[in-house]
Amino acid sequence: VSGGAEEPRGGFQFDQCRRNASLEARGLQGPRPWSTGTTIAGVVFQGGVVLGADTRSTAGTTVADKNCEKIHYIAPNVWCCGAGTAADTENVTSMIGSQLELHRATTGRGTRVVTALTMLKQHLFKYQGYVSAALVLGGVDFTGPHLFTVYPHGSTDALPFCTMGSGSLNAMAVFEAGYKEGMTEAEAMALVARAIRSGIFNDLGSGSNVDLCVITKEGKTMHRNYETPNPKTYRRPQPVVFPPGTTVVTKSSAATLKDVAVVEGEPGGAG
Amino acid sequence: PSVAPAEWAPSGPHNGPLARRAGKGPPPRGPQALETSTGAPALVVDPKELPEAGPHQHTKQPYVTGTSVLAFKYKGGVLVASDTLGAYGSTKRYKSVGRVRTVGQGTLVGASGEVSDFQHIMTDLEALDTSDFCYDDGITHGPKEIFSYLCRVMYNRRSKMDPYWNSLVVAGFERGEPFLGTVGILGVHYTNDHVCTGFGNHLARPLFREVDTAQLDEEAAVKLMHDALRVCYYRDKNSINKFTLGKVTAEGASVSEPFTLDTNWNYQRFINPAQFSQGSW
Repeated sequence: VSGGAEEPRGGFQFDQCRRNASLEARGLQGPRPWSTGTTIAGVVFQGGVVLGADTRSTAGTTVADKNCEKIHYIAPNVWCCGAGTAADTENVTSMIGSQLELHRATTGRGTRVVTALTMLKQHLFKYQGYVSAALVLGGVDFTGPHLFTVYPHGSTDALPFCTMGSGSLNAMAVFEAGYKEGMTEAEAMALVARAIRSGIFNDLGSGSNVDLCVITKEGKTMHRNYETPNPKTYRRPQPVVFPPGTTVVTKSSAATLKDVAVVEGEPGGAG
Repeated sequence: PSVAPAEWAPSGPHNGPLARRAGKGPPPRGPQALETSTGAPALVVDPKELPEAGPHQHTKQPYVTGTSVLAFKYKGGVLVASDTLGAYGSTKRYKSVGRVRTVGQGTLVGASGEVSDFQHIMTDLEALDTSDFCYDDGITHGPKEIFSYLCRVMYNRRSKMDPYWNSLVVAGFERGEPFLGTVGILGVHYTNDHVCTGFGNHLARPLFREVDTAQLDEEAAVKLMHDALRVCYYRDKNSINKFTLGKVTAEGASVSEPFTLDTNWNYQRFINPAQFSQGSW
């Protein structure tokens, strides 16, 4: 960055990349992004959309958050599951959510799902995949229920059922085996929960609980922790009480201090 | 009347390569050192003279490959299934490659990965079967022995940095109980109620884990296997809709003729998916 140059106009600055690469080559561990290592899924049913997600957030091989929320608000009738880097999915969905609130105020109309889709894909394409957000976007507007996937580079698919994240293959197997057209809301919820459970139990990057969000013409119902298939089954009583006699005493001896001479002076000095 | 041509010098133990050279110094090297039956100079290749001379190199990548093999135990035995594709990279080149085969009397072996290495492994296993026949003592190699044999072969090849580029599945009946194991390119092996290779691990094993496959009767087991094969065909690009299903029971092992599964591509939302989002797809 040279002094006196004009102000950067937004977007990523890549001028530190060579210096960072040479530091990493010399062994410096850079900050690791928190990833959601996830299973997210969505299904269109007769009259709406069901979105599902697991609740594990990972930083490398550690579980960072055992019960995070991966289903994000975009509009009252449009919700979005996010996989990839947690910061990217959180911020992208909240930025587009803010833009859409202003859009609703300006136009005086409800949000369409395709509007959110277009804003997301144009933003992600601008950053050429460096914003690592893989999203399952679903909602219901006056044209009907819609379900889309958005990839980090900005491509999108319109599908009747879709999965994203590290557990996507496991969840997709359940969808391919169990999806049928014209499902009821209960059938769709059961199928999505089964798909997320498949990701939780077969993928190391996914775990803990199942969240569901059901969106219909009437509105949305958020089922936070719809299923908790990994409960803590044992709790240690607090405080731990060890009764006297827990440790067997084999020998005891006591020394009286009257046989000890106390000498005051410099430490290590002649005494 | 046969008259030997002049150039047919008599050769044998007295002057062949293994003849004792007491007091005659080190044997000559190069083409002239090797005795051939025709007397012509032997073809000797010096690796250092080759254009790609360098450290000794072995198998680095597979060429004709097979995709997943799926297998699980059910109440009467074990099912092992795969498709019949030998892909050459992304080309669907050989569409009738049986990747689930019987060995001996009651063992099934399935393989994914390099097809030529699997064919070589089958040659070795057939040699085991032939030696059983020759011994003629009523004892044959059972599935657990074939599994152990393959584990040792795979690990030894890996230790020489020249692997058989396969993931193998071995199934059979061992002492009245179904047996199922898998061994991979590195020699990693284990036995379990259900095993898969390749993509099957991600797509089929979640479906197998949902039910206790060991308690399914044959009809339910075949239906579950068909569902898993269908999912693998939908979501694995290197696969075709042509499968063989191997079954081993207490009576013995057999592999079915190739069959096709029904697939559904008629979802309403596949028709004009970009109807409401112009420019999307």
